[in-house]
Amino acid sequence: MSRHNFFYFIREGAVNMFSHGFMSFASVGITVACLLIMGTFTLVAVNANAMLAEMESQNQVLAFVAEGMSEDEARGLEKALLAVDNVAKVTFISNKEAAAAFRDRYEDDALFQGLPDDNFRHRYAIDLKDIGYMRQTKEALEAVPGIGEGNVNAYEDEAAGFITIRNVAGIVCVVLIAVLFIVSVFIMANTIKLTTFDRRDEIAIMKMVGATNGFIRWPFVYEGFLMGVFSAVIGFFLQWGLYEAVARSVASNDTINLISVVPFESIWTYVAVIFAAAGMLIGVGGSLSAIRKFLQV
Amino acid sequence: MIRLTDVIKEYPNGTHALNGLSMEIQDGEFVFMVGPSGSGKSTVIKLLIGEIVPTAGRVMVNGFSLTNIREWQIPHLRRTVGVIFQDFRLIEHKSVYDNMVFAMRAVGAGPKEVKKRIPYCLNLVGLENKGRRLPSELSGGEQQRVAIARALLNNPSTIIADEPTGNLDPARSLEIMRLLERINALGTTVLVVTHEKDLVNRFDKRVVMLERGQVVSDGHGYYGRNIQ
Repeated sequence: MSRHNFFYFIREGAVNMFSHGFMSFASVGITVACLLIMGTFTLVAVNANAMLAEMESQNQVLAFVAEGMSEDEARGLEKALLAVDNVAKVTFISNKEAAAAFRDRYEDDALFQGLPDDNFRHRYAIDLKDIGYMRQTKEALEAVPGIGEGNVNAYEDEAAGFITIRNVAGIVCVVLIAVLFIVSVFIMANTIKLTTFDRRDEIAIMKMVGATNGFIRWPFVYEGFLMGVFSAVIGFFLQWGLYEAVARSVASNDTINLISVVPFESIWTYVAVIFAAAGMLIGVGGSLSAIRKFLQV
Repeated sequence: MIRLTDVIKEYPNGTHALNGLSMEIQDGEFVFMVGPSGSGKSTVIKLLIGEIVPTAGRVMVNGFSLTNIREWQIPHLRRTVGVIFQDFRLIEHKSVYDNMVFAMRAVGAGPKEVKKRIPYCLNLVGLENKGRRLPSELSGGEQQRVAIARALLNNPSTIIADEPTGNLDPARSLEIMRLLERINALGTTVLVVTHEKDLVNRFDKRVVMLERGQVVSDGHGYYGRNIQ
Protein backbone atom coordinates (compact mmCIF):
# COMPACT_ATOMS: atom_id res chain seq x y z
CA MET A 1 0.00 0.00 0.00
CA SER A 2 1.53 3.31 -1.08
CA ARG A 3 1.76 6.25 1.34
CA HIS A 4 -0.77 8.40 -0.53
CA ASN A 5 -3.20 5.48 -0.64
CA PHE A 6 -2.82 4.95 3.12
CA PHE A 7 -3.70 8.57 3.89
CA TYR A 8 -6.46 8.46 1.30
CA PHE A 9 -8.03 5.42 3.01
CA ILE A 10 -7.81 7.04 6.43
CA ARG A 11 -9.34 10.26 5.11
CA GLU A 12 -12.09 8.42 3.23
CA GLY A 13 -12.84 6.30 6.31
CA ALA A 14 -13.14 9.41 8.49
CA VAL A 15 -15.16 11.33 5.90
CA ASN A 16 -17.51 8.36 5.41
CA MET A 17 -17.98 8.09 9.15
CA PHE A 18 -18.99 11.73 9.53
CA SER A 19 -20.96 11.96 6.29
CA HIS A 20 -23.19 9.09 7.46
CA GLY A 21 -23.43 10.62 10.91
CA PHE A 22 -26.63 9.02 12.13
CA MET A 23 -25.64 5.48 11.13
CA SER A 24 -22.17 5.99 12.61
CA PHE A 25 -23.74 7.30 15.79
CA ALA A 26 -25.97 4.20 15.93
CA SER A 27 -23.00 1.86 15.40
CA VAL A 28 -20.88 3.60 18.01
CA GLY A 29 -23.81 3.71 20.46
CA ILE A 30 -24.51 -0.01 20.09
CA THR A 31 -20.84 -0.92 20.39
CA VAL A 32 -20.48 1.26 23.50
CA ALA A 33 -23.52 -0.47 25.01
CA CYS A 34 -22.09 -3.92 24.27
CA LEU A 35 -18.66 -2.93 25.59
CA LEU A 36 -20.29 -1.60 28.76
CA ILE A 37 -22.27 -4.80 29.29
CA MET A 38 -19.19 -6.95 28.62
CA GLY A 39 -17.02 -4.68 30.77
CA THR A 40 -19.49 -4.68 33.64
CA PHE A 41 -19.73 -8.48 33.66
CA THR A 42 -15.96 -8.77 33.50
CA LEU A 43 -15.45 -6.30 36.34
CA VAL A 44 -18.05 -8.12 38.45
CA ALA A 45 -16.15 -11.34 37.76
CA VAL A 46 -12.81 -9.66 38.60
CA ASN A 47 -14.23 -8.42 41.91
CA ALA A 48 -15.81 -11.80 42.68
CA ASN A 49 -12.48 -13.45 41.96
CA ALA A 50 -10.65 -10.97 44.18
CA MET A 51 -13.12 -11.58 46.99
CA LEU A 52 -12.82 -15.33 46.58
CA ALA A 53 -9.03 -15.05 46.63
CA GLU A 54 -9.29 -13.09 49.86
CA MET A 55 -11.66 -15.66 51.32
CA GLU A 56 -9.29 -18.40 50.19
CA SER A 57 -6.46 -16.71 52.00
CA GLN A 58 -8.54 -16.70 55.17
CA ASN A 59 -9.29 -20.39 54.80
CA GLN A 60 -6.48 -21.56 57.01
CA VAL A 61 -5.52 -25.10 57.99
CA LEU A 62 -4.75 -25.82 61.65
CA ALA A 63 -2.02 -28.36 62.38
CA PHE A 64 -1.94 -29.45 66.04
CA VAL A 65 1.39 -30.40 67.52
CA ALA A 66 1.53 -33.80 69.29
CA GLU A 67 0.70 -33.77 73.00
CA GLY A 68 3.59 -33.59 75.39
CA MET A 69 5.83 -31.47 73.14
CA SER A 70 7.35 -28.41 74.77
CA GLU A 71 6.89 -24.98 73.18
CA ASP A 72 10.51 -24.96 71.94
CA GLU A 73 10.11 -28.40 70.37
CA ALA A 74 6.85 -27.31 68.77
CA ARG A 75 8.46 -24.18 67.36
CA GLY A 76 11.15 -26.40 65.87
CA LEU A 77 8.61 -27.91 63.48
CA GLU A 78 8.19 -24.67 61.54
CA LYS A 79 10.88 -25.45 58.91
CA ALA A 80 9.50 -28.93 58.27
CA LEU A 81 5.99 -27.53 57.81
CA LEU A 82 7.19 -24.77 55.47
CA ALA A 83 8.93 -27.43 53.38
CA VAL A 84 5.60 -29.13 52.60
CA ASP A 85 4.36 -28.48 49.05
CA ASN A 86 1.59 -25.89 48.65
CA VAL A 87 2.28 -24.29 52.05
CA ALA A 88 2.48 -20.51 51.70
CA LYS A 89 2.86 -19.37 55.31
CA VAL A 90 2.90 -20.88 58.81
CA THR A 91 2.07 -19.05 62.04
CA PHE A 92 2.88 -20.62 65.36
CA ILE A 93 0.20 -20.37 68.08
CA SER A 94 1.28 -21.51 71.50
CA ASN A 95 -1.15 -23.27 73.83
CA LYS A 96 -1.25 -20.11 75.99
CA GLU A 97 -2.28 -17.95 73.03
CA ALA A 98 -4.84 -20.54 71.95
CA ALA A 99 -6.31 -20.71 75.45
CA ALA A 100 -6.47 -16.92 75.71
CA ALA A 101 -8.22 -16.66 72.35
CA PHE A 102 -10.68 -19.36 73.39
CA ARG A 103 -11.46 -17.62 76.66
CA ASP A 104 -11.91 -14.30 74.84
CA ARG A 105 -14.37 -15.89 72.46
CA TYR A 106 -16.46 -17.30 75.30
CA GLU A 107 -15.94 -14.50 77.83
CA ASP A 108 -19.59 -14.62 78.85
CA ASP A 109 -19.41 -18.30 79.75
CA ALA A 110 -17.88 -18.77 83.21
CA LEU A 111 -17.50 -22.51 82.62
CA PHE A 112 -14.72 -21.96 80.07
CA GLN A 113 -12.89 -19.17 81.90
CA GLY A 114 -11.19 -21.57 84.29
CA LEU A 115 -9.81 -23.95 81.67
CA PRO A 116 -6.09 -24.47 82.20
CA ASP A 117 -3.64 -23.68 79.37
CA ASP A 118 -2.41 -27.27 79.34
CA ASN A 119 -5.76 -28.39 77.99
CA PHE A 120 -4.80 -26.69 74.73
CA ARG A 121 -2.13 -27.87 72.34
CA HIS A 122 0.46 -25.85 70.47
CA ARG A 123 -0.60 -25.41 66.90
CA TYR A 124 0.23 -23.86 63.56
CA ALA A 125 -2.14 -21.80 61.43
CA ILE A 126 -1.14 -22.64 57.87
CA ASP A 127 -2.01 -20.66 54.75
CA LEU A 128 -2.07 -22.64 51.51
CA LYS A 129 -1.01 -21.45 48.07
CA ASP A 130 -3.91 -23.24 46.35
CA ILE A 131 -6.84 -24.59 48.30
CA GLY A 132 -7.61 -26.92 45.40
CA TYR A 133 -4.86 -29.21 46.78
CA MET A 134 -6.13 -29.13 50.35
CA ARG A 135 -6.58 -32.89 50.72
CA GLN A 136 -3.06 -33.71 49.49
CA THR A 137 -1.55 -30.96 51.63
CA LYS A 138 -3.42 -32.17 54.68
CA GLU A 139 -1.98 -35.67 54.16
CA ALA A 140 1.52 -34.25 53.69
CA LEU A 141 1.19 -32.16 56.88
CA GLU A 142 0.01 -35.20 58.85
CA ALA A 143 3.13 -37.02 57.67
CA VAL A 144 5.38 -34.44 59.35
CA PRO A 145 6.89 -35.99 62.54
CA GLY A 146 5.40 -34.20 65.53
CA ILE A 147 2.02 -33.61 63.90
CA GLY A 148 0.57 -37.01 63.12
CA GLU A 149 -2.54 -38.42 61.52
CA GLY A 150 -5.82 -36.81 62.53
CA ASN A 151 -4.14 -33.71 63.91
CA VAL A 152 -4.77 -31.43 60.95
CA ASN A 153 -8.06 -29.58 60.69
CA ALA A 154 -8.72 -28.77 57.07
CA TYR A 155 -12.06 -27.50 55.84
CA GLU A 156 -12.10 -29.48 52.63
CA ASP A 157 -15.82 -29.07 51.95
CA GLU A 158 -15.64 -25.28 52.33
CA ALA A 159 -12.57 -25.19 50.07
CA ALA A 160 -14.35 -27.27 47.45
CA GLY A 161 -17.30 -24.84 47.73
CA PHE A 162 -15.03 -21.87 47.05
CA ILE A 163 -13.50 -23.60 44.06
CA THR A 164 -16.92 -24.47 42.65
CA ILE A 165 -18.11 -20.86 43.03
CA ARG A 166 -14.96 -19.53 41.36
CA ASN A 167 -15.17 -22.02 38.49
CA VAL A 168 -18.87 -21.40 37.86
CA ALA A 169 -18.35 -17.63 38.00
CA GLY A 170 -15.45 -17.96 35.57
CA ILE A 171 -17.42 -20.08 33.09
CA VAL A 172 -20.51 -17.84 33.28
CA CYS A 173 -18.30 -14.81 32.70
CA VAL A 174 -16.48 -16.35 29.71
CA VAL A 175 -19.76 -17.53 28.14
CA LEU A 176 -21.42 -14.14 28.65
CA ILE A 177 -18.44 -12.27 27.22
CA ALA A 178 -18.29 -14.61 24.21
CA VAL A 179 -22.04 -14.26 23.55
CA LEU A 180 -21.96 -10.48 23.92
CA PHE A 181 -18.89 -10.23 21.71
CA ILE A 182 -20.60 -12.21 18.94
CA VAL A 183 -23.76 -10.12 19.37
CA SER A 184 -21.67 -6.93 19.14
CA VAL A 185 -19.93 -8.05 15.95
CA PHE A 186 -23.28 -9.05 14.48
CA ILE A 187 -24.90 -5.71 15.36
CA MET A 188 -21.88 -3.74 14.12
CA ALA A 189 -21.87 -5.78 10.89
CA ASN A 190 -25.55 -5.10 10.36
CA THR A 191 -25.20 -1.41 11.09
CA ILE A 192 -22.22 -1.06 8.75
CA LYS A 193 -24.15 -3.16 6.23
CA LEU A 194 -26.82 -0.45 6.28
CA THR A 195 -24.22 2.26 5.65
CA THR A 196 -22.68 0.07 2.96
CA PHE A 197 -26.09 -0.46 1.40
CA ASP A 198 -26.48 3.30 1.43
CA ARG A 199 -23.25 3.50 -0.56
CA ARG A 200 -23.83 0.57 -2.92
CA ASP A 201 -23.83 2.98 -5.88
CA GLU A 202 -20.40 4.29 -4.93
CA ILE A 203 -19.11 0.73 -4.64
CA ALA A 204 -20.64 -0.13 -8.03
CA ILE A 205 -18.92 2.92 -9.58
CA MET A 206 -15.61 1.93 -8.02
CA LYS A 207 -16.00 -1.59 -9.42
CA MET A 208 -16.99 -0.18 -12.81
CA VAL A 209 -13.88 1.98 -13.14
CA GLY A 210 -11.64 -0.92 -12.18
CA ALA A 211 -11.03 -0.64 -8.44
CA THR A 212 -9.78 -3.83 -6.84
CA ASN A 213 -11.77 -5.41 -4.01
CA GLY A 214 -8.91 -4.62 -1.64
CA PHE A 215 -9.00 -0.94 -2.55
CA ILE A 216 -12.78 -0.79 -2.06
CA ARG A 217 -12.54 -2.62 1.25
CA TRP A 218 -9.88 -0.46 2.95
CA PRO A 219 -11.91 2.74 3.57
CA PHE A 220 -14.66 0.61 5.14
CA VAL A 221 -12.12 -1.19 7.29
CA TYR A 222 -10.69 2.13 8.51
CA GLU A 223 -14.19 3.43 9.10
CA GLY A 224 -14.97 0.36 11.24
CA PHE A 225 -11.62 0.73 12.96
CA LEU A 226 -12.21 4.41 13.78
CA MET A 227 -15.73 3.71 15.03
CA GLY A 228 -14.34 0.87 17.16
CA VAL A 229 -11.71 3.19 18.66
CA PHE A 230 -14.32 5.90 19.35
CA SER A 231 -16.58 3.31 20.95
CA ALA A 232 -13.71 2.02 23.08
CA VAL A 233 -12.77 5.52 24.30
CA ILE A 234 -16.37 6.48 25.12
CA GLY A 235 -17.05 3.06 26.64
CA PHE A 236 -13.92 3.24 28.79
CA PHE A 237 -14.82 6.58 30.37
CA LEU A 238 -18.45 5.55 30.91
CA GLN A 239 -17.28 2.28 32.48
CA TRP A 240 -14.92 4.20 34.74
CA GLY A 241 -17.69 6.53 35.88
CA LEU A 242 -20.11 3.67 36.41
CA TYR A 243 -17.54 1.63 38.34
CA GLU A 244 -16.61 4.53 40.60
CA ALA A 245 -20.29 5.27 41.27
CA VAL A 246 -20.97 1.64 42.23
CA ALA A 247 -17.79 1.49 44.33
CA ARG A 248 -18.81 4.67 46.20
CA SER A 249 -22.31 3.36 46.76
CA VAL A 250 -20.96 0.00 48.06
CA ALA A 251 -18.53 1.79 50.39
CA SER A 252 -21.23 4.04 51.80
CA ASN A 253 -23.81 1.28 52.31
CA ASP A 254 -23.61 -0.29 55.77
CA THR A 255 -25.36 -3.50 54.79
CA ILE A 256 -23.00 -4.36 51.94
CA ASN A 257 -19.82 -2.72 53.11
CA LEU A 258 -18.33 -6.15 53.78
CA ILE A 259 -17.83 -6.38 50.02
CA SER A 260 -14.46 -4.97 49.06
CA VAL A 261 -14.24 -3.38 45.59
CA VAL A 262 -11.00 -3.58 43.61
CA PRO A 263 -9.82 0.03 43.06
CA PHE A 264 -10.22 1.12 39.42
CA GLU A 265 -6.72 2.64 39.50
CA SER A 266 -5.26 -0.84 39.84
CA ILE A 267 -7.09 -2.26 36.81
CA TRP A 268 -7.61 0.70 34.44
CA THR A 269 -4.79 -0.30 32.09
CA TYR A 270 -6.29 -3.76 31.58
CA VAL A 271 -9.75 -2.26 31.05
CA ALA A 272 -8.35 0.26 28.53
CA VAL A 273 -6.40 -2.37 26.57
CA ILE A 274 -9.32 -4.82 26.53
CA PHE A 275 -11.81 -2.11 25.49
CA ALA A 276 -9.48 -0.87 22.73
CA ALA A 277 -8.85 -4.39 21.42
CA ALA A 278 -12.54 -5.38 21.61
CA GLY A 279 -13.67 -2.10 20.00
CA MET A 280 -11.22 -2.44 17.12
CA LEU A 281 -12.05 -6.12 16.61
CA ILE A 282 -15.78 -5.43 16.61
CA GLY A 283 -15.35 -2.47 14.22
CA VAL A 284 -12.99 -4.13 11.75
CA GLY A 285 -14.73 -7.52 11.95
CA GLY A 286 -18.12 -5.92 11.49
CA SER A 287 -17.08 -3.85 8.47
CA LEU A 288 -15.27 -6.77 6.79
CA SER A 289 -18.31 -8.96 7.18
CA ALA A 290 -20.61 -6.17 5.95
CA ILE A 291 -18.64 -5.24 2.83
CA ARG A 292 -18.18 -8.82 1.58
CA LYS A 293 -21.65 -9.05 0.04
CA PHE A 294 -21.36 -5.73 -1.79
CA LEU A 295 -18.12 -6.67 -3.53
CA GLN A 296 -19.95 -9.21 -5.70
CA VAL A 297 -20.85 -6.57 -8.31
CA MET B 1 -9.95 -4.98 -30.03
CA ILE B 2 -13.21 -6.73 -29.18
CA ARG B 3 -13.96 -10.17 -30.54
CA LEU B 4 -16.90 -12.43 -29.72
CA THR B 5 -16.85 -15.89 -31.30
CA ASP B 6 -19.90 -18.20 -31.25
CA VAL B 7 -20.94 -16.84 -27.87
CA ILE B 8 -23.81 -18.51 -26.06
CA LYS B 9 -25.17 -17.11 -22.82
CA GLU B 10 -27.82 -18.91 -20.88
CA TYR B 11 -28.92 -17.44 -17.54
CA PRO B 12 -29.66 -19.67 -14.54
CA ASN B 13 -33.40 -19.12 -15.06
CA GLY B 14 -33.12 -20.77 -18.48
CA THR B 15 -33.24 -17.60 -20.62
CA HIS B 16 -31.10 -17.89 -23.74
CA ALA B 17 -29.76 -14.34 -24.10
CA LEU B 18 -27.14 -15.01 -26.76
CA ASN B 19 -27.32 -17.82 -29.31
CA GLY B 20 -23.97 -18.20 -31.05
CA LEU B 21 -23.23 -14.50 -31.46
CA SER B 22 -20.06 -13.56 -33.33
CA MET B 23 -18.76 -10.08 -34.02
CA GLU B 24 -15.50 -8.15 -34.06
CA ILE B 25 -14.67 -4.49 -33.42
CA GLN B 26 -11.26 -3.25 -34.47
CA ASP B 27 -9.24 -0.72 -32.47
CA GLY B 28 -10.33 2.84 -33.25
CA GLU B 29 -13.73 1.88 -34.69
CA PHE B 30 -17.05 3.60 -33.88
CA VAL B 31 -19.88 1.09 -33.77
CA PHE B 32 -23.58 1.35 -32.99
CA MET B 33 -25.19 -1.76 -31.56
CA VAL B 34 -28.94 -1.74 -32.05
CA GLY B 35 -31.83 -4.10 -31.60
CA PRO B 36 -35.17 -4.54 -29.89
CA SER B 37 -35.60 -5.22 -26.17
CA GLY B 38 -34.45 -8.72 -25.28
CA SER B 39 -32.19 -8.98 -28.30
CA GLY B 40 -29.10 -9.45 -26.09
CA LYS B 41 -27.52 -5.95 -26.13
CA SER B 42 -27.26 -5.65 -22.35
CA THR B 43 -25.86 -9.16 -22.10
CA VAL B 44 -23.12 -8.22 -24.58
CA ILE B 45 -22.18 -5.20 -22.43
CA LYS B 46 -22.13 -7.30 -19.26
CA LEU B 47 -19.87 -9.80 -21.01
CA LEU B 48 -17.52 -7.09 -22.26
CA ILE B 49 -16.97 -5.62 -18.78
CA GLY B 50 -16.57 -8.99 -17.08
CA GLU B 51 -19.79 -8.82 -15.10
CA ILE B 52 -20.84 -12.23 -16.43
CA VAL B 53 -19.04 -15.05 -18.24
CA PRO B 54 -20.27 -16.76 -21.41
CA THR B 55 -21.85 -20.20 -21.23
CA ALA B 56 -19.93 -21.14 -24.38
CA GLY B 57 -17.82 -19.43 -27.02
CA ARG B 58 -14.95 -16.97 -26.72
CA VAL B 59 -14.88 -13.30 -25.73
CA MET B 60 -11.71 -11.22 -26.11
CA VAL B 61 -11.56 -7.58 -24.96
CA ASN B 62 -8.37 -5.51 -25.22
CA GLY B 63 -6.21 -8.61 -24.89
CA PHE B 64 -8.18 -10.18 -22.02
CA SER B 65 -9.89 -13.51 -22.63
CA LEU B 66 -13.13 -13.27 -20.69
CA THR B 67 -13.95 -16.94 -21.09
CA ASN B 68 -11.44 -17.94 -18.43
CA ILE B 69 -10.58 -14.62 -16.81
CA ARG B 70 -9.42 -14.75 -13.17
CA GLU B 71 -11.28 -12.61 -10.66
CA TRP B 72 -8.19 -10.52 -9.89
CA GLN B 73 -7.80 -9.66 -13.60
CA ILE B 74 -11.28 -8.12 -13.90
CA PRO B 75 -10.33 -4.71 -12.39
CA HIS B 76 -7.42 -4.53 -14.86
CA LEU B 77 -9.78 -5.29 -17.76
CA ARG B 78 -12.20 -2.59 -16.57
CA ARG B 79 -9.42 0.00 -16.53
CA THR B 80 -9.13 -0.49 -20.30
CA VAL B 81 -12.89 0.02 -20.82
CA GLY B 82 -14.76 3.21 -19.95
CA VAL B 83 -18.49 2.64 -19.43
CA ILE B 84 -21.26 5.23 -19.77
CA PHE B 85 -24.82 4.54 -18.64
CA GLN B 86 -28.19 6.04 -19.42
CA ASP B 87 -28.65 7.15 -15.79
CA PHE B 88 -25.17 8.80 -15.59
CA ARG B 89 -24.35 7.07 -12.25
CA LEU B 90 -22.77 10.11 -10.64
CA ILE B 91 -22.44 10.41 -6.86
CA GLU B 92 -25.00 13.06 -5.95
CA HIS B 93 -23.32 14.39 -2.81
CA LYS B 94 -19.95 14.89 -4.47
CA SER B 95 -19.08 17.78 -6.78
CA VAL B 96 -18.21 17.12 -10.42
CA TYR B 97 -14.52 17.42 -9.58
CA ASP B 98 -14.84 15.10 -6.56
CA ASN B 99 -16.73 12.56 -8.66
CA MET B 100 -13.73 12.54 -10.97
CA VAL B 101 -11.25 12.34 -8.09
CA PHE B 102 -13.24 9.45 -6.65
CA ALA B 103 -13.00 7.51 -9.93
CA MET B 104 -9.28 8.14 -10.30
CA ARG B 105 -8.38 7.36 -6.70
CA ALA B 106 -10.41 4.16 -6.96
CA VAL B 107 -7.77 2.82 -9.33
CA GLY B 108 -4.90 4.04 -7.16
CA ALA B 109 -3.96 7.22 -9.05
CA GLY B 110 -1.77 9.63 -7.08
CA PRO B 111 -2.57 13.30 -6.34
CA LYS B 112 -0.27 14.63 -9.09
CA GLU B 113 -1.91 12.46 -11.73
CA VAL B 114 -5.35 13.50 -10.50
CA LYS B 115 -4.52 17.21 -10.73
CA LYS B 116 -3.22 16.79 -14.26
CA ARG B 117 -5.81 14.47 -15.77
CA ILE B 118 -9.12 15.83 -14.42
CA PRO B 119 -8.85 19.34 -15.95
CA TYR B 120 -7.86 17.74 -19.28
CA CYS B 121 -10.93 15.47 -19.34
CA LEU B 122 -13.31 18.20 -18.15
CA ASN B 123 -11.93 20.46 -20.86
CA LEU B 124 -12.45 17.70 -23.44
CA VAL B 125 -16.17 17.52 -22.65
CA GLY B 126 -16.51 21.30 -22.31
CA LEU B 127 -17.15 21.42 -18.57
CA GLU B 128 -13.92 23.00 -17.39
CA ASN B 129 -15.83 25.69 -15.46
CA LYS B 130 -18.29 23.38 -13.74
CA GLY B 131 -15.99 21.31 -11.56
CA ARG B 132 -17.36 22.70 -8.29
CA ARG B 133 -21.03 22.09 -9.19
CA LEU B 134 -23.04 19.23 -7.76
CA PRO B 135 -24.56 16.86 -10.36
CA SER B 136 -28.04 18.07 -9.37
CA GLU B 137 -27.03 21.58 -10.44
CA LEU B 138 -26.32 20.41 -14.00
CA SER B 139 -28.62 19.64 -16.92
CA GLY B 140 -29.04 16.03 -18.10
CA GLY B 141 -26.72 16.62 -21.05
CA GLU B 142 -24.06 18.09 -18.78
CA GLN B 143 -24.36 15.20 -16.35
CA GLN B 144 -23.84 12.76 -19.21
CA ARG B 145 -20.78 14.74 -20.29
CA VAL B 146 -19.42 14.41 -16.75
CA ALA B 147 -20.01 10.66 -17.01
CA ILE B 148 -18.11 10.63 -20.31
CA ALA B 149 -15.25 12.64 -18.80
CA ARG B 150 -15.14 10.17 -15.91
CA ALA B 151 -15.06 7.24 -18.34
CA LEU B 152 -12.06 8.85 -20.05
CA LEU B 153 -10.09 9.51 -16.87
CA ASN B 154 -8.12 6.30 -16.84
CA ASN B 155 -7.32 6.67 -20.53
CA PRO B 156 -9.24 3.58 -21.68
CA SER B 157 -8.75 2.17 -25.14
CA THR B 158 -12.49 1.47 -25.44
CA ILE B 159 -15.63 3.37 -24.46
CA ILE B 160 -18.88 1.45 -24.11
CA ALA B 161 -21.98 3.63 -23.92
CA ASP B 162 -25.21 1.90 -22.86
CA GLU B 163 -28.16 4.00 -24.08
CA PRO B 164 -26.20 7.20 -23.36
CA THR B 165 -28.95 9.45 -24.71
CA GLY B 166 -31.93 7.61 -23.24
CA ASN B 167 -32.65 10.41 -20.74
CA LEU B 168 -31.88 13.36 -23.04
CA ASP B 169 -33.80 15.50 -25.50
CA PRO B 170 -32.85 15.23 -29.21
CA ALA B 171 -30.59 18.30 -29.20
CA ARG B 172 -28.61 17.10 -26.15
CA SER B 173 -28.52 13.56 -27.59
CA LEU B 174 -26.90 14.88 -30.74
CA GLU B 175 -24.33 16.80 -28.65
CA ILE B 176 -23.41 13.64 -26.77
CA MET B 177 -23.04 11.64 -29.97
CA ARG B 178 -20.83 14.34 -31.49
CA LEU B 179 -18.72 14.28 -28.34
CA LEU B 180 -18.33 10.52 -28.58
CA GLU B 181 -17.41 10.96 -32.26
CA ARG B 182 -14.69 13.43 -31.24
CA ILE B 183 -13.37 11.01 -28.64
CA ASN B 184 -13.32 8.31 -31.29
CA ALA B 185 -11.37 10.62 -33.57
CA LEU B 186 -8.68 10.78 -30.86
CA GLY B 187 -8.19 7.01 -31.28
CA THR B 188 -10.54 5.48 -28.70
CA THR B 189 -12.76 2.60 -29.80
CA VAL B 190 -16.42 3.50 -29.19
CA LEU B 191 -19.34 1.08 -28.91
CA VAL B 192 -22.72 2.76 -28.50
CA VAL B 193 -25.72 0.63 -27.59
CA THR B 194 -28.93 2.41 -28.47
CA HIS B 195 -32.39 1.95 -29.92
CA GLU B 196 -32.74 5.52 -31.19
CA LYS B 197 -33.15 5.04 -34.91
CA ASP B 198 -33.13 8.72 -35.85
CA LEU B 199 -29.95 9.40 -33.98
CA VAL B 200 -28.14 6.43 -35.52
CA ASN B 201 -29.27 7.52 -38.96
CA ARG B 202 -27.61 10.93 -38.54
CA PHE B 203 -24.16 9.33 -38.41
CA ASP B 204 -22.55 7.32 -41.11
CA LYS B 205 -21.13 4.63 -38.82
CA ARG B 206 -21.01 0.86 -38.65
CA VAL B 207 -24.28 -0.51 -37.24
CA VAL B 208 -24.52 -4.01 -35.73
CA MET B 209 -28.08 -5.19 -35.26
CA LEU B 210 -28.98 -7.95 -32.80
CA GLU B 211 -32.11 -10.02 -32.68
CA ARG B 212 -32.81 -13.03 -30.46
CA GLY B 213 -29.19 -13.16 -29.34
CA GLN B 214 -27.63 -13.17 -32.79
CA VAL B 215 -26.21 -10.60 -35.22
CA VAL B 216 -28.80 -10.14 -37.95
CA SER B 217 -27.12 -7.27 -39.79
CA ASP B 218 -23.72 -5.63 -39.71
CA GLY B 219 -22.58 -2.79 -41.95
CA HIS B 220 -22.39 0.92 -42.55
CA GLY B 221 -25.75 2.45 -42.84
CA TYR B 222 -28.87 3.24 -41.05
CA TYR B 223 -30.70 1.32 -38.40
CA GLY B 224 -32.86 -1.42 -39.84
CA ARG B 225 -31.16 -1.97 -43.19
CA ASN B 226 -30.02 -5.56 -43.56
CA ILE B 227 -26.60 -5.46 -45.10
CA GLN B 228 -25.09 -8.70 -43.78
